[in-house]
Amino acid sequence: MVKYIVKRVLFGVITAFVVASLTFFIMNLVPGGPFLAEKAVTPQAQAAMEAKYGLDKPLFVQYLTYMGDLLHGDMGMSLKKRGFTVNDIIRNKFPVSARLGGLAVLVAVFFGVPLGSVAAYHRGKIVDNIIIVFSTAGIAIPSFLSSTLLMYVLSVKLKLLPSLGLDDPVSYIMPVAALALYPTSYIARLMRSSMLDVIGQDYMRTARAKGVSTFKAIFKHALRNAILPVVTYLGPLLASLMTGSFIIEKIFTIPGLGHEFVSAIPSRDYPLIMGTTIFLACFIILMNVIVDIAYAFIDPRIKLK
Amino acid sequence: MKRSIAILLTTVMTASIMLSGCGQSGAASGAAQGAAGEAAAGSDEGGADASAKAETTADGSTLNVQVGPSPETIDPALNSAVDGANMILHAFEGLLKFDKDNNVVEGLAESYEVSDDGLTWTFHLRDGLKWSDGSDLTADDFVYSWKRVADPNTAAPYGYDLLNYVKGYEEAEAGNIDALAVSAPDPQTFVVELNNPCVYFDKICAFAVMVPVQQATIEANGEAWSTNPETYITDGPYYMTEYTDGAQIVFTKNPNYWDAANITFDTIVWNLIEDSNAAYSAYQNGDLDMIKDVPTEEIPSLEGNPEFSVEPIMGTYYVTFNTQKEPFTDAKVREALSLAIDRDYVAGTIMQGTYSPATNFVGPGVSDEAEGSSFEDVTREKYGDHFDISNYDADLEKAKELLAEAGYPNGEGFPEISYLTNDAGYHKAVAEYLQSAWSELGITMTVNIQEWKTVTADRRAGNFDVARNGWVYDWDDPSNMINLLETGNGNNDGKYSNPDFDKAVDAARTTTDLKEHYEKLHEAEQVALNDAAMAPVAYYNDFWLQKSNLKNTWHSPYGYWYFMYGTLE
Repeated sequence: MVKYIVKRVLFGVITAFVVASLTFFIMNLVPGGPFLAEKAVTPQAQAAMEAKYGLDKPLFVQYLTYMGDLLHGDMGMSLKKRGFTVNDIIRNKFPVSARLGGLAVLVAVFFGVPLGSVAAYHRGKIVDNIIIVFSTAGIAIPSFLSSTLLMYVLSVKLKLLPSLGLDDPVSYIMPVAALALYPTSYIARLMRSSMLDVIGQDYMRTARAKGVSTFKAIFKHALRNAILPVVTYLGPLLASLMTGSFIIEKIFTIPGLGHEFVSAIPSRDYPLIMGTTIFLACFIILMNVIVDIAYAFIDPRIKLK
Repeated sequence: MKRSIAILLTTVMTASIMLSGCGQSGAASGAAQGAAGEAAAGSDEGGADASAKAETTADGSTLNVQVGPSPETIDPALNSAVDGANMILHAFEGLLKFDKDNNVVEGLAESYEVSDDGLTWTFHLRDGLKWSDGSDLTADDFVYSWKRVADPNTAAPYGYDLLNYVKGYEEAEAGNIDALAVSAPDPQTFVVELNNPCVYFDKICAFAVMVPVQQATIEANGEAWSTNPETYITDGPYYMTEYTDGAQIVFTKNPNYWDAANITFDTIVWNLIEDSNAAYSAYQNGDLDMIKDVPTEEIPSLEGNPEFSVEPIMGTYYVTFNTQKEPFTDAKVREALSLAIDRDYVAGTIMQGTYSPATNFVGPGVSDEAEGSSFEDVTREKYGDHFDISNYDADLEKAKELLAEAGYPNGEGFPEISYLTNDAGYHKAVAEYLQSAWSELGITMTVNIQEWKTVTADRRAGNFDVARNGWVYDWDDPSNMINLLETGNGNNDGKYSNPDFDKAVDAARTTTDLKEHYEKLHEAEQVALNDAAMAPVAYYNDFWLQKSNLKNTWHSPYGYWYFMYGTLE
């Protein structure tokens, strides 16, 4: 198992390196630059700014410098959030997004798994149909719509919840709900189909024949086997939700990292584009390794090699 | 099962702690970034208590506003944006400033004199000026701050524009910053020597970049000084008590400001909201007292609402023709295309009345020679409006004639052209309008929508036929707009060039006579309009929502809001 983890981490480092290199060159191919503005700065000022951030050097030299600094953990100064380093931005904003995303994942698992199981157990009945309709809607409704509707009803009309920021615990309700809607629905559907599979197995019939209660049979014996596809999905889900959502953060004015991923690109904030991309890549790789390890705990039949 | 989830979560949490720990040591390893790292950590902590304070809005001494998303910077020397300037002018004050009627009045300077040749400006500072940390502010602080703007290591975007009039700027820009002819003969006197007379130098002295900044805090904290409440030392009505990027900046009244007695709000919270719908919801909720970003789809329903205001700012939305490229080398073609635009319809209907139709190149809000006069009014008296927006049909007929004279009757033989624009605000709607308007002339136009930076890059490089363009003035002088068409100007995207125009602009620049300055600029504007050097479309306005109980604030043609004397009744 240790050997497996070491191997995965090594592959992860190589993947991250490739991602970083590709991003670096592709981003420099796109026309425009960080200091290009509608109001033309004078050539003198442009040159001074480029010199200050090393953008006047040949691209390959910039690449080597960047990679050298990256090895020391230094991702440079942001060009469009003056005075902040990229490390600062990630350190200040990732916890906000991670808290929100982590909560949303918890909510999704907490509701999605039982809903899917219940639907599978009542297959074809009215409960199943209701859950299917709602989970299909949950998958189809885009987050900008669900969050705008939530905000309109709960904040503007009923004035129950604050529309801005994350100052107190109740302000988490709307963004978490909006973030969790899709994964809850997805997990419920995933859970339903894998549970249906498991319920049909021989050992389930044996358990029922031996007099194990329905509840115990489903939640003790079937769940453990049926949950594997959900665990697989949790890896990328954690990575994508914990690194923030551009739309949710924009609508609820949340100072999270998701916004920086997107806004760095149109403003050509090269160090921030690099920093957020590398961070996301590493995080996805890490989450996938963790999920692989979690498999071994949940299902002893799986051996990591 | 529970155990597995617990293990999974523990692993995730450990991993995230490890990651953030890793980032921290990374920042500390670079010596230059060490201070920045600390600064940001400080602001985060400061954020927690300040936001608790800011919640007690009901007492009326806290103002909650939205003037834009997170600013790129609020370091006065580095700023080039209007939202940043709005914050800076509440935190800093320079030698001079603008009053409610947009006249230049004394700020930190109690008085000033200009020598007869217009080359030496001497400012006398008020007694007992202090920084927000309580230390003394002297003329030496101005010397430091102005040299900092000229310093190539600062890379101030406005360095050249503001200081190129000052003697020694070229040397300073090359690295010898002490060559800049600014001096402090005594702690209360600041002297500036100019290369050429500049009749609007007082307006430059009132510009937000030219305020004093404290040398000690900048030298100790580097560029991060402006992101941390503890190091953002100011000299104006407010100082910073919280900076949470992406959420809010909180300003608190500065008791050390010389005119603190007249400052009303104890706290101003700048809500850094990017999404106009989010801003609008928060405004409707009563969380905000004023928002600048109003969703355009709400505008029709807001007309006639006393909380909704539309006021001009100095700026013109125009169309640039690539004058180096056939068929736009011919002034008749340009004039024809320009006349075929129904400006009243574009501004009133397509832009929902948030812009005003352009009748000349220089629009409202820009002053003329006499105090309180308007450049546009003088244009109207002297030459008449260039575009008669009330009689579009006549213009269209004339456009057709001109096009025929240029050799393209009914657009025959006219090449297919492309219009370069980005998709923001009304740009796409205007592009589609132009497509239909020019098809009346028999011209086929395709709309080329690119992302904003690409548009800017292509337009500057001359890779276009016709392009959207626009300019908001940096300061109240018509030359700021008119000079865009000068041969060799970095923003002359259409590469328009006319020796008569250049001569007039140059004469306006070097004269010491205010009257001549404006006369020459009027002359230049007429040359450009008659040449159809570009096609003005509309004048910019600011439109915003402000609660009716928020009084005594004002909006200036620069696009600035002044909240410091406001009251919530």
